[in-house]
This record gives sequence, C-alpha cells and structure tokens, in this order.
Amino acid sequence: MSRSIDIKLRVNGEDVGATVPARLNLVDFLREELCLTGSHVGCEHGVCGACTLTVDGDTVRGCLMLATQANGKEVTTIEGLADSGQSTALQAAFTKRNALQCGFCTPGMLASALGYVNAGGAADRDAIRQHISGNYCRCTGYQSIVDAICDVIKETRT
Amino acid sequence: MKAPDFDYLRPSSLDVALAMLIEHDGEAMPLAGGQSLMPMMNFRVAAPEALIDLADLTELRGITVDTDTVRIGAMTRYAELMSDPTVQAHIPLIGMALPHIAHDAVRNRGTIGGSLALADPAAEMPALMLALDASIEVAGPDGTRMIKADDFFLGMFETALDDELITAIHVPVATPAQRFGFHELTQRHGDYALAGVAIAKTDDSYCAAFFGVADRATRVPELEAALTRQDNIKTVLTHLDQIDFTDDLKANHTTRQRLAGVALTRALKGMTQ
Repeated sequence: MSRSIDIKLRVNGEDVGATVPARLNLVDFLREELCLTGSHVGCEHGVCGACTLTVDGDTVRGCLMLATQANGKEVTTIEGLADSGQSTALQAAFTKRNALQCGFCTPGMLASALGYVNAGGAADRDAIRQHISGNYCRCTGYQSIVDAICDVIKETRT
Repeated sequence: MKAPDFDYLRPSSLDVALAMLIEHDGEAMPLAGGQSLMPMMNFRVAAPEALIDLADLTELRGITVDTDTVRIGAMTRYAELMSDPTVQAHIPLIGMALPHIAHDAVRNRGTIGGSLALADPAAEMPALMLALDASIEVAGPDGTRMIKADDFFLGMFETALDDELITAIHVPVATPAQRFGFHELTQRHGDYALAGVAIAKTDDSYCAAFFGVADRATRVPELEAALTRQDNIKTVLTHLDQIDFTDDLKANHTTRQRLAGVALTRALKGMTQ
C-alpha cells in the first residue's frame, strides 16, 4: 500500500523510471516530469480528446489513465509519433489542408487519426467523422481535418 | 480537476482483491478500466480511500462459449468485444451497440464489468444486459453467486453488489428466432445518450430496455406487452408514462420522454431481419 509508487516504462522508445504519486495522471506525468508537452490537457474527464496518446499501440486518454497504470508499458506521445515518422504524412496533410488553427486539439487529433488510418479505415467521410467524434476542435476545423485524413488514406493506398 | 489522493493497491489474485475490499470496509473502490471512475474522481464526485486495480487478475479475462451461453470475463475491454468474432456472431445486439459506446480511445480501456458495477443510468451496457436476459457472476467472501440482470441494478450508481466483485457476464447465445434492435440519441456520437433503447424479440415476445432516461436502465412491462400484442405505435408510446424521466441541463423529462419514443420507433424500424 502506497501513495507513491515506483514505475518503469518506455516512452517514445526510451526507458524511463520514476517515483510517482498514485493520483498522478499519465498525461500530467508526461508533461510535468518528462517535459513532453505535446499531449495537451483539456477537460480532464475523457471528453475532449486533447490528451489522446498511444499505450502499447492502442490509443487511450492520457487523463483517464494513472501514470502507475502505465508501469511496464510502451507509451508513445505525439513527439514519438513525429520523430519516428509515423505521423509525417498526416502532419503534412494537416498543413496542406489548413486542418488546424490554434493547434490545441492537433496532437490528440493526429493520434486518433493515426489509429484510424493504421486500423485500415476507409476514406469514408462519415466513418472518419464518427471516429474523430471523440476529439473536440473548438476552432471548428472538422471539415478540413476530415479532408486531410481522407488525403492520407487515398495517397497511401493507391 | 485532479483526483484526490488515494492508496493504490494492485492485487495479484481474485482472493487477495476480495480480502482488500473487505479490509477497507467500503472505503476502497475496484479499478477496472477507469474510464468512468477516473472522471468521477477528477470531478471529486468519487473520493475512495484506496483503489484496488484489477489489471493483474487474469481470471477475469477471456470470452468462452458453452452450448447456449457466452461467458465474458468482467475485465474484457470494449475493444476486445468489438474484435471478437464469438461476440459478433452469438450476441449481435452487443455488436450493434458497441460502436455507440464512447470512442476508440475509451473503448481500448473501458471494461464490461466496470460499466455494470458502476451502473451509470445513461450507460448502454446495463440496458443491454436487461434486454439480453444476462446473468452477472459475482464473487465475494462467501463464494460465487449469479445475479439476474433484472435484479442487479437497484438505482442510480447502485447495484446488488455487496462487498463483491463481478467476475463474468453470462449472455444467452442468440437463437435463429431472435431479432434485435438498438438506437440511441446523443448530442455527439459516442456521448452518453439523452435516451436510448435496446430491444430483443424472441418469437413474438419483446424485451425493451431503456437507458439515459431514468435513475437506472429501465424496462416497462406494459410497454413490452403492448409491443408483443402488436398494438399501434401510438398506443405503445403511451406506456412510456410509467417511466420517471430524468430532468437535467441537457433535457427535461418532457423532452426525454419524446426522445425515448423516437429512439424506440427507430430501433423497431432497424430490427435485425
């Protein structure tokens, strides 16, 4: 029983060890302890999607997972997705299509979009809208975000 | 906000987890996927002294089929249910509902047992259990027992659990004679429903469980009887008066009753063939 726990995990390909308070969210750990500020903190109750990142290859809400629950897991943030080139095509398409204004939702939006593309999702606007419905964009850039995701799917599968 | 502080416990077996639950005498909460409990803690609606993380209890995982029942381990995640061919083939109603339950990132962590134990009145899973006549297998200090879904949900966030943990869910395998319907109305795809309904029709007999409308997932026997008699839809909808509809910021009870009627009408039109 402890309110402070030792954890070991891999973050963006690097081994990390830390002692964390039990109550610390994964996204706060990444931002405040590891200075990986690409994952954003919006609503803190799993609704806005700004903190979306991947754990063992699955997209998750960084605000709805404790840092201690990531013990032994492989975490990839937008920094890791960008550095490894996984999100390069999506980032280029977002730029080309003006799929961001303020950019607050963009890291989470890219992580969600990548989940859709990697799962073999079709260039179907309704299906894409349904998939990214868990990510809020308050600049209301959805139209161009859907355009960008469609572009990437069409480009990579032709 | 951030969650208040708590002790984090990670038992390695079901017996150890149950002992921890007893030891904390109502002050500890089990942590399954955390997709509802974590928001409640962040809002400080829930402030348990300790969290008992069930992640290492491998005995709570896995999906198996007997001759006429699918047994789903309580810690099975929504994403696993979605990709499981057994669930899709034998429990089509769950297959219909899953895409409406939250979003990809939440379905990758959220569990069936967690949803049932929390008993959020707007969640889909409790209503699905009612419609499917499922049984909930629970383990406690005195051993294991089965609770019918109809006897499990006692009120808003209230269940029949008594110092117990859900270990599995038993759902009857769909028969060729059964037909299913599902519809929910939300402000945004994947959000909690303002009103929704799950329907199972066996031969000519209907079971319809509403969610998001009252303090718990709700069946209305008179409404089901009217559906079975093939009454006119207007007559069927009058029986919605039996429900004590919720008033909140998103919709008052009048709106909710109307939305429940719309959901029912659409679910009936979209029944599997």
